[in-house]
Amino acid sequence: MEFTDDQVVRYSRHIILPEVGGKGQGKISAAKVFLIGAGGLGCPISYYLTAAGVGKIAIVDDDVVDLSNLQRQILHSTKTIGRPKVESAKAVLNDLNPDVEIVAIKDRLTPENILGFIKDYDIVIDGSDNFPTRYLVNDACVLAGKPLSSGAVLRFEGQVTTIVPGKGHCYRCLFEEMPPAGLVPSCQEGGVLGVLPGIIGTLQAMEVLKLILGKGDVLKNTLLIYDALRTTFRKVKVPKNPDCPVCGTHPTITALCSSYEANYCRA
Amino acid sequence: MDEIIPDKKIDIRGLKCPYTFVRSKLTIESMNTGEVLEILLNYPEAAVSIPKSMQDHGQRVLSVNKINDTEWVIVIRKERD
Ligand SMILES: [Zn+2]
Repeated sequence: MEFTDDQVVRYSRHIILPEVGGKGQGKISAAKVFLIGAGGLGCPISYYLTAAGVGKIAIVDDDVVDLSNLQRQILHSTKTIGRPKVESAKAVLNDLNPDVEIVAIKDRLTPENILGFIKDYDIVIDGSDNFPTRYLVNDACVLAGKPLSSGAVLRFEGQVTTIVPGKGHCYRCLFEEMPPAGLVPSCQEGGVLGVLPGIIGTLQAMEVLKLILGKGDVLKNTLLIYDALRTTFRKVKVPKNPDCPVCGTHPTITALCSSYEANYCRA
Repeated sequence: MDEIIPDKKIDIRGLKCPYTFVRSKLTIESMNTGEVLEILLNYPEAAVSIPKSMQDHGQRVLSVNKINDTEWVIVIRKERD
């Protein structure tokens, strides 16, 4: 692609890298990603992907900015309390990099709308904070064949994995069914040290850039677990489960039904 | 020695590092393997760093000549994508 003088300067530290170059930056600029959540994970993910010059980023979130978000959700500010998170995020991201098209979707993902949303995007990124959404996004990505970066944080621990349908595991190969509501931490148990989603979100953003560039090894068949208190990163092998209900040889989930709802506390 | 006719010439006088290399690299990327690029520059550090970086990236440096007090001409052949 042809770069403007400003783009040559803006992306110079990418272009210099042998693994990226002008061609790689061209791929980044042509990429379209769909991000679920403008919260603790979604903020750093979209911040860095916008800085990197990803061509189009859609962000879906139905929440509004709350004072309690500001301890970790770095796109929002005291001034945007009460405004939809996707709008608060879009304003900052547009200021950061006008090359990037930000599509703000103030909506809730449902089994009915998700496939329509993701069909025009290359990669899906899950920055949601609840199990029903995580399973819904996983199943939708497997059915639609879309690569997915999935992240989760709780208290002092974070997890990241990258799902490439047909080429590795999926979230249900790892945890076949949603945990029953009792096993899910209650609101009081659901604290998080503010930097943690920043670390996990930036790992997800890096995975997405590698998927776009086709460079390096992504967390395929692997779950990365970060323990912030002990400062350890652990990689756990996750083989594809041939009996997986969604990506296995004889899947039982072949369409998105409406069984994702559960009354979990959304911390 | 045969005279090498460059397939492309760029004048990056006035540019500093790292933009000297960024411009040279983008130009090399747009060329075909085997083609030759001639770079005219006046940023002294780049007269050393561009040949080194081009070599690191797998290209062949054919010559580096200081043509007057302030300017250099570097000739590079593209060896790989
Ligand atoms: Zn699976």
